[in-house]
Amino acid sequence: MLVATQGQPVLNPAASLPAQAPAPKTQPASKLIARNINFHYGSFQALHDISLEIPTHRITAFIGPSGCGKSTFLRTMNRMNETLRNTHVDGELLLDGENLLTLDVTDVRRRVGMVFQKSNPFAKTIFDNVAYGLRVNGIRKKSIIDEAVERSLTHAALWSEVKDKLQKPASALSGGQQQRLCIARALAVEPEVLLLDEPCSALDPIATLKIEELLFQLKEMTTIVIVTHNMQQAARLADRTGFFLLGRLIELDDTRRIFQNPGKKETEDYVTGRFG
Amino acid sequence: MASTTHIADVLRRRNNRSFFERLAGGDEIAYSITLIAAVAILAIVALIVLELWTHSTPTVKTFGFGFLTSSAWDPNSGKFGALPFIYGTCLTSFLALLIAVPLGVAASVFLAEMAPPKLSDVLTFLIELLAAVPSVIYGLIGIFILVPAIRDYLVQPLKAVFGFLPIFQGDFYGLSFLSAGIVLSIMVVPFIISVSREVLLAVPTELREAALALGATKWEATWQIVLPAASTGIIGSAFLALARALGETMAVTMVVGNTPKITASLLSPGYSIAAVIANEFAEASGDLYVSSLIFLGLVLFGLTIVINALARILILTTTRRGMK
Repeated sequence: MLVATQGQPVLNPAASLPAQAPAPKTQPASKLIARNINFHYGSFQALHDISLEIPTHRITAFIGPSGCGKSTFLRTMNRMNETLRNTHVDGELLLDGENLLTLDVTDVRRRVGMVFQKSNPFAKTIFDNVAYGLRVNGIRKKSIIDEAVERSLTHAALWSEVKDKLQKPASALSGGQQQRLCIARALAVEPEVLLLDEPCSALDPIATLKIEELLFQLKEMTTIVIVTHNMQQAARLADRTGFFLLGRLIELDDTRRIFQNPGKKETEDYVTGRFG
Repeated sequence: MASTTHIADVLRRRNNRSFFERLAGGDEIAYSITLIAAVAILAIVALIVLELWTHSTPTVKTFGFGFLTSSAWDPNSGKFGALPFIYGTCLTSFLALLIAVPLGVAASVFLAEMAPPKLSDVLTFLIELLAAVPSVIYGLIGIFILVPAIRDYLVQPLKAVFGFLPIFQGDFYGLSFLSAGIVLSIMVVPFIISVSREVLLAVPTELREAALALGATKWEATWQIVLPAASTGIIGSAFLALARALGETMAVTMVVGNTPKITASLLSPGYSIAAVIANEFAEASGDLYVSSLIFLGLVLFGLTIVINALARILILTTTRRGMK
């Protein structure tokens, strides 16, 4: 287990060594460590040498203008970019000390769940949407699936709203409910990390608030990384915030510091609205 | 100031135009012309039905609707029955779909989901070219290549394994329901492939990614999520193919054997509605003969209408289930 101190890169890459001294309680271990990630779409380099650490059981937010690479980096963390042709990634992404770029891809994606910008429920019932991840990973026992579906929907703060219509099509739900259903679907396979790509950008403020409250509670269970266009959302929600610009990570620090006393001029310009 | 008044004058006059002046404005003319074009299409269809119906009266008067259930076809003694042709048309089309749907859907999954885009585009282009091959060419290929191949390589194994089934009994001379079904399947498979591929490509990427993000393999995502989401359009493509197969004339005429008989065996020669009209219309003598052929045409017309209506209903219900 790698133990990181915030702000300082871990220099010892020997992940297989026994755990080092236990971390102080205030400094959680890093769930994910990126080292020198470069990413290319064809000949275009979208990410330049990204190195960062994602602390476990915390919410990390990525902000930055459109096209800055924050979503690309998020999609690198569960290797979703591999579905695109002509892309290339190098560097290391350590999930609990193992380079996830070399692990089995379906395994990585089960451990690192994802919620997308547009709610994307399957054309199935509410129940089957949540159960899909369990079934596709080989869980067949009805009692276990029933229990996991209820638990996931409860965690996604949706159970009370849908418990009487589990066999209704997911498309009958409202936009906000659909997005919470997608969160429940991702939670059902108990991901160690949950990636969210602008999950509230299509939602109204009330639905957004519900999702934010939900994420705040979910960090007890999992490690959360969220990409958002909405700086207030990052400020409200995140423990740590990273600022991306032109494919580079400008800085990643405690959220309060990023918004009140950022270390870099570019960050300050962006969060104060002076940028672009 | 003067020019402002002038503009105001023109605008006022534009507001108080006469009927003919308004007509010259274009809206009414465009409305009328496009309306006529739209109605004309329906009128043509209605006239076709009317014409077929009028000219088939001798047959309807003589045989009534027993014509549809009678299997006698003996022009010399004036006996006419449509059943062998309806049977042959339905059987060959069904055979064609049985072969073409699995083949076409599998090919479209490869083209849409598996193949590199460039390869997919090239292959799709070539496959769509198949749809432009004249059907008489398919008929020739059927007679000179497929029929001998079926006789030499397909019939013996089929009879050896499934010989106990009534559909594979009797002697095989080449021209048969089976040959017609196989030729038809090759003719309709391009439609299934190109429509299904478009439908698959239209399935939102987010759905694929959602499945992949839960740990599904690419194949699981395709089979469990993408194909069900595309099922409506794929069914639509199959019905498009069916409509084409039902009406196909030339190639079927060349390989089906042109024998008005109803037999369970696919190895026997048969006949189809389109084939009998094409073969016998020019030589038909006597009102009853001609009107029987025309009535067969009406039956074929009705059959395709029913198939299309069924397709619509099917597609509607699947979409409704998918949406709500």
